[in-house]
Amino acid sequence: MFRRRPEPGAATVAVVVEGRDVRVPDGASAAAAVLLAGLAAIRDTPVGGAPRAPYCLMGVCFDCLAEIDGIPNRQSCMVTVAPGMRIARQRGRRAVDAE
Amino acid sequence: MTFDLAIVGAGPAGMAAATLAAEFGLDVIVIDEQDAPGGQIYRAVERVAPGSLFGASYLAGQSLASAFRASGARYRPRSTVWHIDPGGAVSFLADGRSETVEARRILLATGALERPVPIPGWTMPGVMTAGAAQILLKTADLLPVGRAVLAGQGPLLYLVAAQLCRAGAPPAAILETAPPANYRAAARQLGAAWAGRDAVAKGLGWLRELRRAGVPIRRGVRSLRAVGRERVEGVAWEGGELAADLLLLHDGVIPNTQITRALGLAHDWHAAQCCWRPSVDQWGNTTLATVAVAGDGGGIAGAEAAVLSGRLAALTAATMRGKIDAAERDRCAAPLHAALAHERAGRPFLDALCRPAPEMLAPPDAVTVCRCEEVTAGAVRRAARLGAQGPNQAKAFTRCGMGPCQGRLCGPLVASLIAEVHGVPVSDIEPYRPRAPYKPITLGALAGFAPHPDPLPAGGEREEPARSVGG
Repeated sequence: MFRRRPEPGAATVAVVVEGRDVRVPDGASAAAAVLLAGLAAIRDTPVGGAPRAPYCLMGVCFDCLAEIDGIPNRQSCMVTVAPGMRIARQRGRRAVDAE
Repeated sequence: MTFDLAIVGAGPAGMAAATLAAEFGLDVIVIDEQDAPGGQIYRAVERVAPGSLFGASYLAGQSLASAFRASGARYRPRSTVWHIDPGGAVSFLADGRSETVEARRILLATGALERPVPIPGWTMPGVMTAGAAQILLKTADLLPVGRAVLAGQGPLLYLVAAQLCRAGAPPAAILETAPPANYRAAARQLGAAWAGRDAVAKGLGWLRELRRAGVPIRRGVRSLRAVGRERVEGVAWEGGELAADLLLLHDGVIPNTQITRALGLAHDWHAAQCCWRPSVDQWGNTTLATVAVAGDGGGIAGAEAAVLSGRLAALTAATMRGKIDAAERDRCAAPLHAALAHERAGRPFLDALCRPAPEMLAPPDAVTVCRCEEVTAGAVRRAARLGAQGPNQAKAFTRCGMGPCQGRLCGPLVASLIAEVHGVPVSDIEPYRPRAPYKPITLGALAGFAPHPDPLPAGGEREEPARSVGG
């Protein structure tokens, strides 16, 4: 769906999107990593189980909710990538963590 | 400590207000969700090299950002305001923890958001906003792969198309949904067009770029829909269709009134821009004595106007703290007011040209209007027929607006649908009354909430160096 513009020497960060290694530009959001990874969807809605992908990229729509580094329901467009970050699909509601 | 001025948002209005207020010796704090100043219009502006594909008016944001960085104003990036007490407490979430700062005055510079473009299929992966594509380009150097179609209307649609051309990824087509009546209405605003001739010239420049790049533009498109099963495969409209791998929608921008509404400020219906805006005077003062508004959050007028209104709000704050007297304030404000009038003079032309098509305000029954709770236009119309007088009642009937976005996207649509059913103007319909938390906050973050922590370590760091994940 998206590709990196060839920018020689641009710094990148290695993250893991749904188990896949992806190099994304430094300073990009986790949602950008999802799109660069070519993921079909980043979440399934809690109501109808419909697949969704990032829509607004500016923190308004909540369609980019993802599990990031083990924390569910994060707005992936509002999280900047960090080396080794693990981004996974948000499936429906987050479970209650009784820990 | 108590700040003289707490500013929410580090876009053009917030940055300009903070810089000037700090110059007058006010203790200022700026709280912003992004990890760098600039807001949406100047996203990642500090990282972009000169001579980039974004053009001079974008790069103008660099001097604003550097002046802001050097101003001495405290700056809290990656921080989401979730509650404001008009008495002066601003609570925000940062790194999974909630904090509160006290301020004598609060300036809301929360900007604009893209108007929803409710067409069949707009919830499918592969459908995004044009603004989203621009943010990906600015922040991550990402370009669409395959056939990207831009659809809708408004300056940003054409700007993004031109930028994609400059980046070597011209869109497959532009489908303009502006009703033909818009062109006739705009032609009656020739005075405004002359006043706004710089913006008009810019727009014509983008159209020339698109023509040179061979991008087909189809006007008067009706009944637009995204086609596909699991993701978008094409786009169709009355009398045509196209294959598409990415559909980028845009139908103009509207003020982000989530916090101004939650605070119960008075709002006016802006008929020409087809949206609500908080009622403000020429200084940005609202109906709450401690709260001001600057920038596009107070009515869409663009980045240059946002800077001017931010500076006016700073003058007011400085006057209230006794840093300057009213005469000095008025002397400083005169050129700002004149420039602001100049910036706004061209708007009636753009507003007439870019009025949303009626079907974009009240879409057909099958279209999902509330993306979070998956409520269709038909369900909202049914609720209205059953007696829901407004969006706040329709919530109880349908759960529309009760998902995580808290009605940010569906608000204007639900109000328009209910107005249509009751046969009244949408300005008669009371919009959603959002409440704190302005953005979802976990119980864990609330549990770790220290009511009055020292907001920053001593020493006046403007930004915390370390970034931690979770909390």
